Amino acid sequence: MTQVTFSLNGAPVSLSIQSPTQTLLDYLRETAGLKGTKEGCNEGDCGACTVMVTDEHGARALNACILFLPQLQGKAIRTVEGLTGPDGQAHPVQTAMVAHHGSQCGFCTPGFVMSMATAHLNGDRDHDTTLAGNLCRCTGYAPIIRAAQAAEAEPVPDWLKDASIIRAQISLGVPKGASRATVFQPISSDDLAEWYVVNPQATLIAGATDVGLWVTKQMRDLGPVAFLNGATDLQQIEFQGSLVHIGAGVTVEALRKALLPLHPSFAAMLQRYGSTQVRNAATIGGNIANGSPIGDGPPALIALGATLHLRRGDEMRSIPLESFFLDYRKQDRRAGEFVAGISIPAKAPALRCYKISKRFDQDISALCGCFNVTIEAKNVTAARIAFGGMAGIPKRAAHVEAALVGRPWSLQTLKAASAAFAQDFQPLSDMRASADYRLLSAQNLLTRYFHDLSGQPVSVQQVHA
Amino acid sequence: MTIGASLPHDSAPLHVTGQARYVDDVPLPEGALHLAFGLSTEAHADITSLDLTAVRSAPGVVAVFSAENLPDMPDVSPTVHDEPLLAVGKVHYAGQPVFLVVAQSHLQARKAARLAKITYAPLPALLTVEQALAANSRFEQGPIIWSRGDVADMAKAAVVVEGEIEVGGQEHFYLEGQIAAAIPQEDGMHIIASTQHPTEIQHKVAHALHLPMSAVRVEMRRMGGGFGGKESQGNALAVACAVAAHATGKPCKMRYDRDDDMVITGKRHDLKIRYKAGADAEGRLIAVDFTHLVRCGYSQDLSLAVADRAMLHADNCYWIPNIRIESHRLKTNTQSATAYRGFGGPQGIVGIERVIDHLAHHLGLDPLTIMQRNLYAAMGSAPQTTPYGMEVDDSITDQILDRLMATSDYQARRLAVEAFNATSPILKKGIALTPVKFGISFTLTFLNQAGALVHVYQDGSVIVNHGGTEMGQGLNQKVAQVTAQVFGLTAAQVKITAADTGKVPNTSATAASSGSDLNGKAAENAALTIRDRLSAFIADKHGVKPQTVRFKDGQVRVGGEVYDFARVVAWAYQARVSLSSTGFYATPKINWDRVKGQGRPFLYFAYGASVTEVVIDTLTGENRILRCDILHDTGTSLNPVLDIGQVEGAYVQGAGWLTTEELVWNAKGHLTTHAPSTYKIPAVSDRPPIFNVDLWTVPNAEDTVGKSKAVGEPPFNLGISAFMAISHAISACGPAYPALNAPATAERVLMAVQRVQDV
Repeated sequence: MTQVTFSLNGAPVSLSIQSPTQTLLDYLRETAGLKGTKEGCNEGDCGACTVMVTDEHGARALNACILFLPQLQGKAIRTVEGLTGPDGQAHPVQTAMVAHHGSQCGFCTPGFVMSMATAHLNGDRDHDTTLAGNLCRCTGYAPIIRAAQAAEAEPVPDWLKDASIIRAQISLGVPKGASRATVFQPISSDDLAEWYVVNPQATLIAGATDVGLWVTKQMRDLGPVAFLNGATDLQQIEFQGSLVHIGAGVTVEALRKALLPLHPSFAAMLQRYGSTQVRNAATIGGNIANGSPIGDGPPALIALGATLHLRRGDEMRSIPLESFFLDYRKQDRRAGEFVAGISIPAKAPALRCYKISKRFDQDISALCGCFNVTIEAKNVTAARIAFGGMAGIPKRAAHVEAALVGRPWSLQTLKAASAAFAQDFQPLSDMRASADYRLLSAQNLLTRYFHDLSGQPVSVQQVHA
Repeated sequence: MTIGASLPHDSAPLHVTGQARYVDDVPLPEGALHLAFGLSTEAHADITSLDLTAVRSAPGVVAVFSAENLPDMPDVSPTVHDEPLLAVGKVHYAGQPVFLVVAQSHLQARKAARLAKITYAPLPALLTVEQALAANSRFEQGPIIWSRGDVADMAKAAVVVEGEIEVGGQEHFYLEGQIAAAIPQEDGMHIIASTQHPTEIQHKVAHALHLPMSAVRVEMRRMGGGFGGKESQGNALAVACAVAAHATGKPCKMRYDRDDDMVITGKRHDLKIRYKAGADAEGRLIAVDFTHLVRCGYSQDLSLAVADRAMLHADNCYWIPNIRIESHRLKTNTQSATAYRGFGGPQGIVGIERVIDHLAHHLGLDPLTIMQRNLYAAMGSAPQTTPYGMEVDDSITDQILDRLMATSDYQARRLAVEAFNATSPILKKGIALTPVKFGISFTLTFLNQAGALVHVYQDGSVIVNHGGTEMGQGLNQKVAQVTAQVFGLTAAQVKITAADTGKVPNTSATAASSGSDLNGKAAENAALTIRDRLSAFIADKHGVKPQTVRFKDGQVRVGGEVYDFARVVAWAYQARVSLSSTGFYATPKINWDRVKGQGRPFLYFAYGASVTEVVIDTLTGENRILRCDILHDTGTSLNPVLDIGQVEGAYVQGAGWLTTEELVWNAKGHLTTHAPSTYKIPAVSDRPPIFNVDLWTVPNAEDTVGKSKAVGEPPFNLGISAFMAISHAISACGPAYPALNAPATAERVLMAVQRVQDV
């Protein structure tokens, strides 16, 4: 049994749960009787289950279907049932959705409304980004955007204003009652290190945007688990001279915001990583540690020359990130060792990150190419080029780099280097793209990079009617 | 006037507060059980052994059914009895239900369904239309061929184009997955289901339980989206629930997990269309020869009617003097393709629009010029006939094109696109205008009927039931508006409740865009019957003629007196006047011989056109819609905001079909795009950033409800302009014809760019 305490629509809730992997969505619908939150896909891709979760970092939209109850320890949850005021007053986004005909079948609507209310509370008006994780099949989205825009000018309702009131209602701290051997909730990296070295078979859960699907889709019983969201020292971003140190527990959304002034191209690529709900949960440490051949974070970080910090017990080691990925789903990680953080250079003006996917937002890359070439006196003096989706691991294009370094930065050089892609990569064909397409567009991305550095428009997102 | 009022969806306040109830939100009586199917992993195989021991002993499992203990296997096909609920001996596609688990929770049922040990002896699987054609694996004896004139006249053509286009299928991706529940009654079964066709569910459940239809009641309040995917694909869940509820005596509920939903259920038919077309030097069509290779999947389902409709739309808006359409309905070891918004029509239209685009490329003309030279004679002039012999006497394509060209600034923008492309080596723009003419009526003529039941209570409140189902389109609001209009009330004073086979029997599916045409008329007729009784009663009381009584603004005017509607109703009740009536409607004028391919299958056509501007990246094939302008024909709109909602949503869904929505099967016949992580419907940023939608509201020439036109499916075809605009952008990269296949994913666009450059 695991004890979990949180606030639900303003009321404190204390639960003893049988399974640590019970999802918030199942709890809401089947136990709490709150049927407004919908299950559309059960994998975090449609947003019909979106809820607002508030903690000391503020309010975030999250997918309830891949959120395990222990992750909510000490947080305040608001569902669509709790969005209206104490006397039943509609929230401005609800009023606007009715007035602008933003619902048709209505099944996605509670999720949209919760994403919109969270963005409204946070003053975020980039609706294409805040709603990228909410799918609607009926409206074509236009009326929903009209509604979101109409609600912008309306004030945040009083009943949503003071998050501290909500937090004060619940008791924070270490959850009680859980057997440390099967469900562990560390409050620091030291805590985690000590436990994990003796429980190396355990599954570490940070945002659960991947592990969530092991449970909801693969029906796996995970065995011992540790929930890392209480280990707040892993959630820091620190500037150390010319380097930036990023804790493994930093969410992809927090990282994106931090990178905006430093590495705008990387930040722009991360804007297409999952969706707002997914980025609000997913951590950069999880993105690296799960060893996905695609990942999006790793190729960019490899191109930046990131150093990975690993910890096992009291032992720390640091390795180049690229050497962490050994083979398909196999990493240089010893039993009981976990990803503690990464360090990246604070500056890399030539870094460009290109994600190619079937859909622009909230899609998994067919391939993702990241380029970081140093040009001095019109010659290439250094090159770091890394790709996701082109091999069993995120991988550097070593032959391409070699074909560039020491040569003049010209289309001619690129043409010669292009052939080296076939030496670096023998990609697969799958449902996202064929091997031929992957190789050809990888080569073409090098051409795009050349034109991009020379200031030409190279993205369809830069063009308007 | 309540007809024509722009009222929001009647459930909108419930939608936005999470109070709108869907099937999974309805509390079931205590002890309810939950169901899941165990699925075939083979595309075609004999089942050599089926070991369900581990399934039976899994936690929470109450019962397990398979062909072994269900010898009287129910059928779930909507047409020809070729879909056993569970596989019997053989499996015919990967994903076919093989056994049924009944457990205490949804999660337990899903977990147990994975524990079976099944061995198979694989048989050759036919996955593609080419394989099926070579094996002569098809429905019906041979291809269906309809023709007019003689395509040998192609020899007289100045230009001839020939080619092939792949047109992909489409997953419905209704946000609410398939779901049904069965609650045993003392003398029958009560079903609640997310279905577009309650009567079909009633029929299949009655058949499975050997009950008369009168012992089965099906209720349907609302669906979380349907799009054709809930016309026949919900049968299996409802029948499974009924069988399990009958066996256990407990209420049973089944909902597919999303991945199961996508793996089990049918999708839009994908086609290969081969074409040869000849025209004179100005692009006037002389002859067109089409071959449709339709991938129907393992069972017949609705495929014959879908393939027919593809043929019926092979002309779109164009007079084609000599035409031949050969349609092969091919049986493959894949999910049984089913109804999807447009029902084959969009695929047929893509074929002729491809021909126009190809001819225009060949002649160096704007496709729009070719279109204008081939339009059916305009309404008012001597009508021309379709290839199937129906007079097109309502063609307004010319007027729609003229107005849309002006409002969208088409000509100037086409020049601007060319200017942009001249100076932009990597990014290329394209622009295209495509029209639509869509036939309205079920092609199975007997389905064009509807019933309604109107009650006026003694306090003056009004309730309507009708045979249609609400899936988001706003049908209930439209029917309420029509009914309210008859009584001179506001729509809010008319309540519409769940579709219920116990109240309105023998309904047709809410499909073929027919919802408000059929049910609106039926409800209007029911309301008129009651109003006539009220008029007769109150006129008699005042010694005036019934025709002089007026119902308006919630009041009744009679012989110089004005009474509240409720007061007149109360008097009528006390005077023992019946305040309840059924209403019925059967579409007039239609007749259709599908074997000959001759007749008038449609009461009328709905028209529209769209202009889409796109940009493509010639290095990666990535593409974006930049702007869309639409003018769409709704006749006199019953509710303009609901109609605009249909048009906007249909366009984005249609554009998604032809761009990002790619279904992929691997070599073993497994669908590998079975979740939203891999199957990509448009997201919010995929909508056109500039999106101008206008309605053409000239009254329907036919006597439809309020002189309106159907709007569910026709605007889906407007998405075709996005595909043609991409083709236009690709053609800026080189001299050859792009011959783009659909969907135009980044990969297909890049390959087409390579093709046109290689020449």
